[in-house]
Amino acid sequence: MDLGHAIIGAFGLVLSGDPDLTEIIGLSLSVTLSAVIAACVIGLPLGAAVGAFRFPGRTVCAVILNAFMGLPPVVVGLVVYLMLSASGPLGVLGLLYTPTAMVIAQTILVTPIVAALTRQVVEDLNAEYAEQFASLGVSPLARAGALLWDGRYSLLTVALAGFGRAIAEVGAVIIVGGNINHVTRVMTTTIALETSKGNLELALALGVVLLTIALIVNAMVMAVRALAARAAYA
Amino acid sequence: MSAPGPAPRRATAPGGSVIPLAAPLMEASGLTYSVRGRRLVDDARLVIREGRRTVILGPNGAGKSLVLRLMHGLITPTAGRVDWRGAPLDKAARRAQAMVFQRPVLLRRSVRANLAFALAVRGVARAARRPAIATALERARLTHLQSQPARVLSGGEQQRLALARALMTGPELLFLDEPTASLDPASTLAIETLIEEASAAGVTVVLVTHDRGQAERLADDVVFLQSGRVAEHGPASRLLSAPASEPLRAWLSGRLYVEAEKSSRIDI
Repeated sequence: MDLGHAIIGAFGLVLSGDPDLTEIIGLSLSVTLSAVIAACVIGLPLGAAVGAFRFPGRTVCAVILNAFMGLPPVVVGLVVYLMLSASGPLGVLGLLYTPTAMVIAQTILVTPIVAALTRQVVEDLNAEYAEQFASLGVSPLARAGALLWDGRYSLLTVALAGFGRAIAEVGAVIIVGGNINHVTRVMTTTIALETSKGNLELALALGVVLLTIALIVNAMVMAVRALAARAAYA
Repeated sequence: MSAPGPAPRRATAPGGSVIPLAAPLMEASGLTYSVRGRRLVDDARLVIREGRRTVILGPNGAGKSLVLRLMHGLITPTAGRVDWRGAPLDKAARRAQAMVFQRPVLLRRSVRANLAFALAVRGVARAARRPAIATALERARLTHLQSQPARVLSGGEQQRLALARALMTGPELLFLDEPTASLDPASTLAIETLIEEASAAGVTVVLVTHDRGQAERLADDVVFLQSGRVAEHGPASRLLSAPASEPLRAWLSGRLYVEAEKSSRIDI
């Protein structure tokens, strides 16, 4: 099959709403959104704590968070695999080769990104607010909450950055998900598989969808920033 | 003259009659703040009397804002102590104070939400916040802007909001760090009116300013700082008309007074 036919066939698949394609896209979005939500639940308070409070080892925490932003996905995949495999400590849960295992792996990858970027946002805001909060007598918990709320637009950008990383991830999810058809097959793993099989139509179709999602996410980031700046909430 | 001596309980009014002095609300003694061996505030002694308006004057770098922060407990002094009603400054005492900064620090929220935040922090019940906010907005003449993001307001409006927020916490003592710096006369008048209203309601005011006219309009007492030291401290009526210290005399007459070394002063 030549490239021209493959591209035409890919757009045909996208426009026809091919059931297999739709299922793969749906699972990809479901796994990624779940991972991003879990990463935000863990990473936002963690980043806020490191950014807003002074405690021994704070700098070490910040360095670790920054370093973990570049965690190699295959290493994360391998570690999660070892934990969830039948002989691993969490093997009894039977999560290996399930979407849940993929969510766990992606959460581990995205959490440091969310936490490290949140720390930076919160630290900058805290530098501006610290004296006023001290003057008002704001409690530490209320301070963290207020900083997170006032950084909401920047943090939305952080979440979208995490989403971008997760949706494009392939190494970890293929190890812990196994790329099982109709079970754990997501866009990136399908592209890898179908390309190796020479089925460029489906691979390209999924590539188009991935690129479109990337464009939408970036457009949303810019829109959020513009909105915040216009409303002086930036 | 440096700091006043032990707090006198009576003073002589211009007409010669003896009037009682207000009790000290706050007293700083031996107040010192050093950074890398450099004394930015040097053995300062200040007495803030209840219900009065104390204005802290001095050239740039004299330590005026630093003294305010030390007295409010935002910075820990290197040496010396700050007493509130005769006892060391503690958390409860700090809650009886409020501070407005030269550059208003406003949350990235609406005008109304900025006021609500201060009440929430002080544990005011949600139902009681609405009337308190309405009163504060009206007093600061910001009712028509209540839904606007606070950070799109003009400089004067932002400062009025910061002052309204500080006052709605019900402070006994209000610290103001150059609240009218770079504001136009109309905005300055609005801020000064709010300060006078707060003072009339019994709030003790400590104000840092560069503006001699503002000191004359607002001060009951004056503290003049020079190079981190209290050069002169006393009633405004005396200090602004018959200053005893050379730095204050030079400042009031508009002469340049340069203190090159601690031991040698240059008068230009």
